[in-house]
Amino acid sequence: MRIINSFFYSLGQGFKNIWRNKSFSLATIATIASCVFLFGLFYSVVLNFQNVVRQAQNSVAVTVFFDYGISDAEISAIGEAIKGRAEVSRREFVSAEEAWDTFRTENLGEYADTFGDDNPLEDDANYEIYLNDVSMQDSLVAYLEGVNGIREVRKSAIVANMLTSVNSLVGYVSMGIIFILFAVSIFLISNTVALGITVRSEEIGIMKLIGATDFVVRAPFVFEGMLLGLIGAGLPLVAVYFLYNRIVEYVTERFEILSSLLKFLPVEEIFLTLVPAALILGVGIGFLGSFTSTRKHLKV
Amino acid sequence: MARVRDNSNPDQPVINLENVCMQYERTESPALDKVSLRVEPGEFVFVVGDSGSGKSTLIKILLREEKATSGRVFVNGINVSKIRHGKIPRYRRNIGVVFQDFRLLKDRNVYENVAFAQRVISTPAGQIKKNVPSVLSLVGLAQKYKSKPSNLSGGEQQRVAVARALVNKPRLLLCDEPTGNLDPKTTWEIMYLLEEINNSGTTVLVVTHNREIVNAMQKRVVTMKKGVIVSDQRKGGYLDEDY
Repeated sequence: MRIINSFFYSLGQGFKNIWRNKSFSLATIATIASCVFLFGLFYSVVLNFQNVVRQAQNSVAVTVFFDYGISDAEISAIGEAIKGRAEVSRREFVSAEEAWDTFRTENLGEYADTFGDDNPLEDDANYEIYLNDVSMQDSLVAYLEGVNGIREVRKSAIVANMLTSVNSLVGYVSMGIIFILFAVSIFLISNTVALGITVRSEEIGIMKLIGATDFVVRAPFVFEGMLLGLIGAGLPLVAVYFLYNRIVEYVTERFEILSSLLKFLPVEEIFLTLVPAALILGVGIGFLGSFTSTRKHLKV
Repeated sequence: MARVRDNSNPDQPVINLENVCMQYERTESPALDKVSLRVEPGEFVFVVGDSGSGKSTLIKILLREEKATSGRVFVNGINVSKIRHGKIPRYRRNIGVVFQDFRLLKDRNVYENVAFAQRVISTPAGQIKKNVPSVLSLVGLAQKYKSKPSNLSGGEQQRVAVARALVNKPRLLLCDEPTGNLDPKTTWEIMYLLEEINNSGTTVLVVTHNREIVNAMQKRVVTMKKGVIVSDQRKGGYLDEDY
């Protein structure tokens, strides 16, 4: 019962401390909010960029052509074997007729009739194989080249390598920028929290001299830090939510040509990971900042 | 939970210092040099001396703000030098302390300042509601329980500090220059209050510069100079400058 009382007393004091030290509370919230806002914006851009790269990767396919005179049963067997590979997300069979129809329509136009009923691509039935990850292309190609019944494997090495490189680059750059944002946030926020606590070091000294344990002294400050972190993270999330929708709306309307190339992620999908990340960032830093800042004042 | 045991019994000294030395790193001469002092239950003791005589260091050692370099310090039967950091709060709850600058929580009212001393020892809320008005009546501030320290006079602030020091019913009350910031009339009010508290059985140790009250009250007077006790009079007065 006493522990519950202490918990609620400390929580209440945390709320009161926020109100009593309005200016420092506002400064802390503003600092956390600025950092989380930047983090949220950058995070949204990175996720969308990764989505674009992923879409491009999904369009990269390896095409396999079969030995001359191969039977339909053998083609199906090869198809089943390909389907079972870990690298493969899906595979599409293109018959010789479909291949010729597509080629004729796209390239020959009015001259198509000169071929009559002949199908110059009668030996060009193939599988278009789409990858789970474009970086897996080399291993799949090595496998396919060893399969009996396959005469040729076509791959798009340049596109695949470029997309793999871009994806890695985006990954490293975003990790680097998020790390820098994180470090700057921790520095700014812990300094602001520490300043607020230093101003009240006399109060902490009094508490210690009348017999308050470290926990009793620290708990309201830690609750205060976490509450400020929660508010500081919550406000920019609301702002990012509305801003993101507005920007997507604006870009889609203003630059229609982009809409076929660039599919923006829905804000709900971004917030699925952004909300926990931002709250952990805000509350976690509020906790760490207040916990470490009180420590040096407790040695009375 | 581990507790600091209050080993006190009514007959043992409340304070017992044995050859206590305190040497700060930044100074050459010791702040306390082989100080031995025994204070019995119910005594009223003045500790007097010039600045730098070791009076404040004595209070800090008794409160375990500082740890004696050597010697033994017992308060209420507890060996103070051997208390670990985590147990210090529990030890301090058996000691009331009053400072020259009051050290009140400025953003809380009179009631909250006194109640805080009870909250830190997890006193049930119902008990706090009984104890705080009672102790505020004792110091004559029952009507001002809603006032903030900034709205009180110096004497009233010191009364709040005394109430806070007393609310947990300590056996020992330490007062470090309690009248240093007060006018003569208020000084006497506070001293009468401390005497009243002493008469109810609490041991009181007052560090002061105030020659007039020391001479008038005729209590035990311990005089310090350069970290050494140079005089200990049962019913004494402030020694002249040439001691």
